[in-house]
Amino acid sequence: MALLKGTLDVLVLKTLSWGPMHAFEIATWLEGRSAGRLNVEDAALMQALHRLEERDLLTAEWGTTEKGRRARYYRLTSAGRAHLKAETARLTTYVDALTTILAARTAAD
Amino acid sequence: MADRGIRPGVHRIFRLPLRSKARVRADVDEELESFLEARTEHLIARGMDPAAARAEALRRLGGATVGEVREYLYDSALRREERVRFRESLHRLHQDVRFALRSLVRAPGFTLVAVLTLALGIGASTAIFSAVNPILFEPLPYPHPERILRISDVGPGGSRLDVTFGTYHELAERSRAFDALAVVKPWQPTVTGASEPERLDGQRVSAGYFRALGVPPVLGRAFEPSDDRVRGPKVAILSHGLWRRRFGGDASIVGRLVTLDDNSYTVIGVMPSAFENVLEPSAELWAPLQYGESFAPDSREWGHHLRLVGRLRPGVEREQAAGELAAIARTPVPEFPRVPWASLEQGLTVSSLQDDVTYGVKPALLAVFGAVILLLTIACVNVTNLLLARGAQRRGEFAVRSALGAGRPRLIRQLLTESVLLAVLGGVLGMVVAELGVRALVVLSPPGLPRLGAIHLDATVFVFALGIVTLTGLVVGLIPALQASRAGLGVGLQQSSRRTAGTHASTRGTLVVAEVALAVVLLVSAGLLLRSLQRLFSVPVGFDASRLLTMQVQTSGHRFDVDSVRYRFFEQALDAVRRVPGVQAAAFTSQLPLSGDLDVYGVHFERDRDRADALEAALRYAVTPGYFEAMRIPLRRGRLLDAHDVAGAPQVVLINESFAKRRFPGGDPIGERLHFGPDDGRWYTIVGVVGDVKQASLGLVQSDAVYVAPTQWHWVDGRMSLVVRSRGEPAALAPDVRRAVWSVDKDQPIVRVATMPQLVAWAAAERRFALIIFEAFGIAALVLSATGIYGVLSGSVAERKREIGVRSALGASRGTILGLVVRQGMTLTALGVVIGLAGAVAASQALVSLLFGVQRLDPATYLGVIALLVGVSGVACSVPAWRAARVDPSIALRAE
Repeated sequence: MALLKGTLDVLVLKTLSWGPMHAFEIATWLEGRSAGRLNVEDAALMQALHRLEERDLLTAEWGTTEKGRRARYYRLTSAGRAHLKAETARLTTYVDALTTILAARTAAD
Repeated sequence: MADRGIRPGVHRIFRLPLRSKARVRADVDEELESFLEARTEHLIARGMDPAAARAEALRRLGGATVGEVREYLYDSALRREERVRFRESLHRLHQDVRFALRSLVRAPGFTLVAVLTLALGIGASTAIFSAVNPILFEPLPYPHPERILRISDVGPGGSRLDVTFGTYHELAERSRAFDALAVVKPWQPTVTGASEPERLDGQRVSAGYFRALGVPPVLGRAFEPSDDRVRGPKVAILSHGLWRRRFGGDASIVGRLVTLDDNSYTVIGVMPSAFENVLEPSAELWAPLQYGESFAPDSREWGHHLRLVGRLRPGVEREQAAGELAAIARTPVPEFPRVPWASLEQGLTVSSLQDDVTYGVKPALLAVFGAVILLLTIACVNVTNLLLARGAQRRGEFAVRSALGAGRPRLIRQLLTESVLLAVLGGVLGMVVAELGVRALVVLSPPGLPRLGAIHLDATVFVFALGIVTLTGLVVGLIPALQASRAGLGVGLQQSSRRTAGTHASTRGTLVVAEVALAVVLLVSAGLLLRSLQRLFSVPVGFDASRLLTMQVQTSGHRFDVDSVRYRFFEQALDAVRRVPGVQAAAFTSQLPLSGDLDVYGVHFERDRDRADALEAALRYAVTPGYFEAMRIPLRRGRLLDAHDVAGAPQVVLINESFAKRRFPGGDPIGERLHFGPDDGRWYTIVGVVGDVKQASLGLVQSDAVYVAPTQWHWVDGRMSLVVRSRGEPAALAPDVRRAVWSVDKDQPIVRVATMPQLVAWAAAERRFALIIFEAFGIAALVLSATGIYGVLSGSVAERKREIGVRSALGASRGTILGLVVRQGMTLTALGVVIGLAGAVAASQALVSLLFGVQRLDPATYLGVIALLVGVSGVACSVPAWRAARVDPSIALRAE
């Protein structure tokens, strides 16, 4: 399933709320958590990371992976944390509303 | 996971080096590559073969569009880097400013002197700029102001003369270069009605006046040609100010009637509030000129009393228009006959309205502007010197800072921040100085200064001030910063380096020389102006100006339409004035010397009868008996005018001395006859010769003058100037004299009340204006350069304490040491004076038009300035010299 527009940013922020990760870790984490139901494009992820960094929601620094490879580790900023909280609330409300409407039984059913 | 970054709120001590663009790109590339490798490994671990895994990893990163993704990441990363840089520089600026503030606070004496000096320089130049800008640099407040021209007739000696209506009429009909031509003359109607009667300043204008200026009324309409004809409709246009003041800004004013001089005028328009009437700034209402086109030679249509302005047609150059006007002037045509005194034989003078308005004041303003730039330069030099001296004291501090890793650029930036901060503080205080200065300028300004209302601190002036502040800060700080940073890097921590002290001293010496030189230029200019003014005031005016009160009395209303009624009023007023206690003598004259009146007529002597063109331009005075006695104008020959010279009696005139000498060299003018204008059979016999009187200005050469009795002239003038010789203080008599005139008729306006000494002072106002400013700046320059000399010598004495100690230990007398220091100071002064004299010689060229009766290379002035500077620097040297002479050798030697 492709992602709905605008949700990738929140997912990335949510992922990073568990701790700093590099890009590939984030990708695998998202795949694992959604049990393969969500299809996150690598290209879109990279762009989202840089976009969020530009907006000061993330910050990054070079580090070394367990496999000894150099990678940029992303980390939430306090602004990012606040943004995540607000967006989560907004999306939850949205999804609730959507579910209520779509789940309502009609004569056609 | 542990926080790898730095907690917000904790200041970084070691900053991350900023990254280059290439470095930023390489980082992005590396991140992408690392991601690809991780993905590929991940896929291989799931059983893909390596080549396919790599291909799949690439596909997921955009495949064919991976280039675009990469670009996106580059751009984003570069933008981030940009922002970091910006924040970094803000942070550094903040640091620098805080550091600079701390170091300025640590040296309050230095800071105070530097800030005050800069405030003086910046404030004075801002104030002068605000005065000079609207007059010299800003265009006039009209659309396409460069197209508005002022056209004048050529008077005696090539002077500019107002045109006649005849000339205007001919040009308006024959010229093709203009969209609109208009003539204008002053008009002072009295408005009566519901509220108090009020004398207004206004103008009578031909129909095209507002079109020529390019500003239409904001309410109602402008004048049409149909308004401007003999016995045309009585219509008027009001200024915005008058409309608000007198009519409460009533929106329905158009069409209403107002009473002006007993006549009802219909208001047809109101000018916008922003309208500036540069030809007559005080004018508040306008009415059509309504001259006839009969052109009888003795009619007002042929009087030189109208100012002519024109708006060029788009695409027509000023030179073209001037050429066309010259051609018209050269070729009279029968349809437009001319009179001899408006024959246009000498052509016409054409100038832009801007030049015309600034004509009289331009030299003074440019000189003043130059002077303030000099003052600002001196202030800058002085502060530079202070900073250098301070830099020398702070050498240790810089050494420590550079040892701790501050690079030279960093040190320079730090020092420049300090000097700019000083300039900003000076600028803020300077604005206060400027505001006060502008007020003083407006008070001091000569009466002829145009656009006075436009002089204030506005956005343009602030931009100028800001520019000056920035420039000053950088200029002032650059040399000290370069020197101090060099010292900091070069000589390390050894405090007493003689080598660098040497370069410091020589730079500071050079600056003092510059300061002295600039002060010489200012002082010589001030001196030349002072001597000009002294000469000007010692010019004999031709009458006794002391204890003379003057005012203009005008007749207003229809009952004065008849000449005899008018004259009776003046006669009765004169009787009443003469009865006022304290009045010694009183008389009326049609034009008052040095008041701006200029009433010139063509005079034709009988002896030139066969030469119809032998017309002389002469000032015409209609004076009541007793005028010469009241003014104390001496009689040279023959008799004065008396009570018997009335209408019907033989017509007589007096002429002035230089006219008599020029026209009748060696002969006797008494008994010769002359007439005015064309030969109308009205001959006047010369019965006396009186002394010369300065009419137009103190500086101008004498012009010819003719005096007649009012009732023997073609008409009785409607406005006459009253001259009153008082026994005591003339100004104190003014209320009583005014009351005496009003006791005859309370509705007659009295204007231009002034004592003659005031008029004499005003006649030199422009030079005096320049002089006051030059004097103030000259004194400031003198003080600044004296402190400069003092500062350098004190610094040098402090640095050479050891040397002086050695000298006196070796037997040098106090006198020798005193001489040593004084010689050092005087050498600087002498160098400065020599350079300054050269500068003053060049600068005096710009002052020539302001000088009077004194050569621009006047030796007395130059010598005086040299003496003054040598004296003042002697005083400035003496304190440090005395201090040096008192150096105790043992203490000085132990100090090391």
